[in-house]
Amino acid sequence: MNKLDARGLSCPEPVIMIQKAMSGQEASYEMLVDNSTAKENVTRYAEHQGYSVEVQTQGGDYLLVMKK
Amino acid sequence: MSFTSEKRNICLAGLLIGIIAIALVFFGNPVNMGFCIACFLRDISGAIGLHRAAAVQYIRPEIIGLVLGSMILALAKGEFKVRGGSSPVTRFTLGAFVMIGCLMFLGCPFRMILRLAGGDGNAIFGLVGFAAGILCGVFFLNRGYSLKRSYQLTQAEGFLLPGAMVGLLVLLALAPSFIFFTEAGGGPGALHAALAVSLIAGLAVGALSQRTRLCMVGGIRDMVLFKENKLLLGFIAIFVAALIGNLIMGNFTPGFAGQPVAHTDGLWNALGMLLAGFGCVLLGGCPLRQLILTGEGNTDSAVAVLGLIVGAAFAHNFGLASSGEGPTANGKIAVIIGIIIVTVIACANTFGKKEN
Repeated sequence: MNKLDARGLSCPEPVIMIQKAMSGQEASYEMLVDNSTAKENVTRYAEHQGYSVEVQTQGGDYLLVMKK
Repeated sequence: MSFTSEKRNICLAGLLIGIIAIALVFFGNPVNMGFCIACFLRDISGAIGLHRAAAVQYIRPEIIGLVLGSMILALAKGEFKVRGGSSPVTRFTLGAFVMIGCLMFLGCPFRMILRLAGGDGNAIFGLVGFAAGILCGVFFLNRGYSLKRSYQLTQAEGFLLPGAMVGLLVLLALAPSFIFFTEAGGGPGALHAALAVSLIAGLAVGALSQRTRLCMVGGIRDMVLFKENKLLLGFIAIFVAALIGNLIMGNFTPGFAGQPVAHTDGLWNALGMLLAGFGCVLLGGCPLRQLILTGEGNTDSAVAVLGLIVGAAFAHNFGLASSGEGPTANGKIAVIIGIIIVTVIACANTFGKKEN
């Protein structure tokens, strides 16, 4: 399960979600968030874990594409 | 934004906020109370007659400025998004008990830092309790605690509480007879900087906090959860700036007894802040952060702010708030009940969830 939907959730919940998912050590993840605080925090966490993060804007939401 | 610039920015913002807090004391706010979100919401609660504690009634322009400063910046940056519907009654309840915890200690987490920076040793007990409360919250977060998602709402919903802040500003400026103001010499409510000074300080700190996502509870929480120190740096920067400011202004008086608007009961200082820290983690942020998020159109936070205001009214109507003399028996009972209810809320939203 590499696709995560964290829309509507406020921090730290999206970061906990990606933290739990990344314990699976997959090569890539996608996460949808709907606020810039979540975008920043998830990006920061993923980069700390050695993933490169690409942010795509989708309407009012952000799709974070994380790859190792 | 790179990590280094992000962390540098929150440090600079924290230093600036610390300086502004010290300046507000210089301009007339009570000592170690340049900012106190709990105290200021309590004063507003009294000013509009929700409680009748004559010593603490004033419409604090700092609060108005914090919400509006955040809103102006959020609108300018395209970050004003109206959301809500994530367990509002739970958030209201948590807000009310966070306030009861804060008024046991006599300050929100922000004022706790300012009290530490003023040499108030009692705040060390507060900090210990606060950290313990955050750990309680983190325990549940790690096990799946969630108040469920929010949804997009109408623009009008998001502007309602910021609009009410403008209304409060009008009431403060016009000072009609039905608004309560502490009489000169009558207590902390009478000690305040001039309206414009307080408002500008609030606007500035609101804007800085919106940009940096500053949160007192988030600092310790994120260190424990993710080993992420960004928010903690902001917390420390405020302390450093306020400490230096107090040393320069001659307001640094290390000790326990006779500290301004504080009491020396260590156990209850700690338990009050335990309740506040625990409740704030479950809300997703400290009282300051709730005001900032309200300015960004987050109506879940607006509901938490309303809970804080009503909690303050309960605290003074039922004799729960401490004073310089110490905690009250009613306050101790309320804090214990608060810790129990917050724990039940945490359990119900962690273990009681049905998958859907």
